[in-house]
Amino acid sequence: MDHQVDDSGRRRSTVGLVVNPIAGMGGRVGLGGTDGDARLRRARELGAEPAAPRLAALALGRLAPLRDRLTVLVAPGPMGAAVSAGLGLATTVLGAPPAAATSAADSRAAATAIAAAGADLLLFAGGDGTARDIHDAIGGAVPVLGVPAGVKMYSGVFARNAAAAGDAALDFLSAPGPGRLRAAEVVDVDEDADGPGRVRLYGELRVPAERSRLLAAKSRGAGDAEADLDRLAAAVVAEMEPGRLYLLGPGTTIGRIKERLGVDGGPLSVDAVLDRAAVGSGLGEAGLLALLDQHPRASALLGVVGGQGSLLGRGNQQLSAAVLRRLGADNLTVLAAADKLLALQTQRLHVDTGDPEVDRMLSGYRRVRVAPGRTIVIEVGT
Amino acid sequence: MSNGGRERRYRAPIWDEPIVMEMGAPGRRGFVPPATDPELAAATGPREDLVPAAMRRAEPPALPELTEFEVQRHYLHLAQETLGMLGVNLFGTCTMKYNPRLGEHLTARPEIAAVHPLQDEDTMQGTLAAIHGLDLILRELSGMDQFVFQAGGGADAAYTNTCVTRAYYAARGELERRDEVITTIQAHPCNAATAAAAGFKVVTLTLEEDGYPSVEQLRAAVSERTAALMVTNPDDMGIYNPHIKEWVEIVHAAGGLCFYDHANFNGVMGKLRARELGFDACMYMLHKTFGAPKGGGGPAVGAYGCAAELVPFLPRPLVRREGGRFRLERDAPQSVGKVREFWGNVPQIVKAYGWARAMGGDGIEAASDLSVLANNYMEDRLLAIRGVTKSHPQIGARRLEMTRYSLGTLTEETGVTVLDVENRMVDYGVDAPWLSHEPWIVPEPFTPEPGELWSIEDIDYWIDTLARVCEEAYADPELVKTAPHEQVIHRLDAARIDDPDYWATTWRAYLRKHGPRDRVPAGASGA
Ligand SMILES: Cc1ncc(COP(=O)(O)O)c(C=O)c1O
Repeated sequence: MDHQVDDSGRRRSTVGLVVNPIAGMGGRVGLGGTDGDARLRRARELGAEPAAPRLAALALGRLAPLRDRLTVLVAPGPMGAAVSAGLGLATTVLGAPPAAATSAADSRAAATAIAAAGADLLLFAGGDGTARDIHDAIGGAVPVLGVPAGVKMYSGVFARNAAAAGDAALDFLSAPGPGRLRAAEVVDVDEDADGPGRVRLYGELRVPAERSRLLAAKSRGAGDAEADLDRLAAAVVAEMEPGRLYLLGPGTTIGRIKERLGVDGGPLSVDAVLDRAAVGSGLGEAGLLALLDQHPRASALLGVVGGQGSLLGRGNQQLSAAVLRRLGADNLTVLAAADKLLALQTQRLHVDTGDPEVDRMLSGYRRVRVAPGRTIVIEVGT
Repeated sequence: MSNGGRERRYRAPIWDEPIVMEMGAPGRRGFVPPATDPELAAATGPREDLVPAAMRRAEPPALPELTEFEVQRHYLHLAQETLGMLGVNLFGTCTMKYNPRLGEHLTARPEIAAVHPLQDEDTMQGTLAAIHGLDLILRELSGMDQFVFQAGGGADAAYTNTCVTRAYYAARGELERRDEVITTIQAHPCNAATAAAAGFKVVTLTLEEDGYPSVEQLRAAVSERTAALMVTNPDDMGIYNPHIKEWVEIVHAAGGLCFYDHANFNGVMGKLRARELGFDACMYMLHKTFGAPKGGGGPAVGAYGCAAELVPFLPRPLVRREGGRFRLERDAPQSVGKVREFWGNVPQIVKAYGWARAMGGDGIEAASDLSVLANNYMEDRLLAIRGVTKSHPQIGARRLEMTRYSLGTLTEETGVTVLDVENRMVDYGVDAPWLSHEPWIVPEPFTPEPGELWSIEDIDYWIDTLARVCEEAYADPELVKTAPHEQVIHRLDAARIDDPDYWATTWRAYLRKHGPRDRVPAGASGA
């Protein structure tokens, strides 16, 4: 990141803002989400009021202490400019006004323009759908942070609330840097599906890692958790047994191992290594079973998906009941950051392989590796 | 601090003085020694030659030049500007107690202050008697067979335990195999940390519905690799695990040792004995439970006690009584050696001994009752405040000497965080509450602990202050978010707190990183 410096030696910062003005409208009138024209129309008929602009303004307003060294980049009209006006922040409006009714394409266009103009951080107000639009438009190019304003917010890119988003942005912009970022998952929830089978891993964005809440008293910061995971990835690679097949699941945590081995089929891919060399990438169930035929001595390394605590059955369906049965419960190694595990809504992990017998086989107390030499025991169930 | 329930005005003194290194003027002296007596000078030679040339500084140190009065005044002002321990302090997990002046008088006596650990035992029988006396009292409270006071704090005592555990298995030839220590997420983090420091792998159990890990979870974690269990009970949320005896049995059945981090002893003093629950070892913090002054890691004492089977491995020396005489057992073949130099902080041991003797067995039990009662009184009042909830509200059992609360609701509703609330409470002359040990599993946590010291008026004033700050958070969140307003300093700009080019912990580092500040007028505070 390149920073201009002002006369008193302080960095100048640039923050982008994308508001999905219709986000959240479905929720307050009892509709699942607001994606889809029919849902939006119905939400309006039911009297839904847009809340995202207000929440975005609340978050942006927390940046006031940076007033004399901050530039805000916004899309025109309700997607940004209308929100930032009146906050007393230096603002640059990018692009042409959107059509009367904004769409996902407008969110994507605004994010692309802001990234191209060079922002230190992109704040967006919306829900999981907006997060996916941002992801599609700019991927990990610019750090982002979600102001929670949608109906469904299962992704790990959102702050606890609008004020917290603003505070985290203020903290990050005051001392930005790649070391202050962590990867966070974007998920897709199928609202029309029943039961817990709805969450799917969609991709990753980079978000400011929340520094210790005791910020003023001590500055341990996000570095610890990041360093733990890096050391863990190194240890796992070093421990790999010759002649054993390792299946590497999706997600950011296992991604660190893939990176070390140079076998990255992308954040959603299941890859396989033998003697630390790739023997398969982007594998599906059939490919995995074929590999297991050749190499019956095998283990799978798995991460945990988001705040839901899903271990199997969300975004890693390739690791099917048949594959898991072949592997056996003892040959699954779960890795996760301690903070991530402890932040789970229920301190439990979930499996949903579609096969009750396999689910039962995987249930019980399991050790999750959180750093070299450190495990946390957690209950696994359906 | 009672004032008839009335809110009191408070304003901290602000002196705004420069750093002492910037004060003074050339030639000022605190003390001018007389010239050397000519006869003496003739006998010793020139004063300068008393220090060998190789050890002499080429340049005098760059110390500020001030009069004694100026130095005194400056440090008095700094003392007035400290932010704590002067009002009502319910700092949880620390069991704040008054440290009686009597303890200071006792330890200022030459029998303590002037004693050297290497002098002849016969010349320090009184000191050894005090150490032995406290050992006996702690044995009585815990059921253990021997205590050692060498550790310089609670974490150091936990480390002593991991060293003893290691030596125990090494002696049995099992160390290779037994390489895991089991602890819980709510045990004090020093337990996991010291186990790791001693080379063990750490297995951490997570909480379940009742606020502690289930017996089944422990069963799933123990194995032939288990070296030890290290637990705190009650934990720092005040939750007591009633299945602890069964836990110890499970670990023993697997061949492991059990260590009780008894730092949170206040709520159960005189009510239970660690040894009777089956534990092989425990530790108390003299600077917490036993009325000795605080100062973790350094001028404190973690009293480590164990069952006879582990005594051979304890650090040495130990004070032994033989006939009518006390002597030091300076070494033992299987001892882990030392975790700290000599015998630990003897003045602290003497203060704790004085405290325990003054309290007596009944007094200690009464203090325990009072601290639990006061905590539960607080709980009823605190939970009536808008925005305050407690951790694990579903648990019916009463908390012991402290309770973990959450301001998560207040933060959701007002944007005011627990750190803001802390900053505002100090505006009313009460000290900021303790928040939480790692990990922060409760959002916006805080943990008051009234103990047996504070009067009901003090406790009420503290609660009234929190209630008022919470009201302010709803009525005028900015007021709380920008607090403190009546304190010495406002807020630190934390933006560059982890930037090593910015902060400096010594004056030399400050000059190196920032260059000299504008020269301040001599004498400083003037008025
Ligand atoms: C339960 C518990 N164990 C251990 C310790 C560590 O003690 P120390 O700070 O003296 O090292 C503490 C400190 O508060 C504690 O509360």
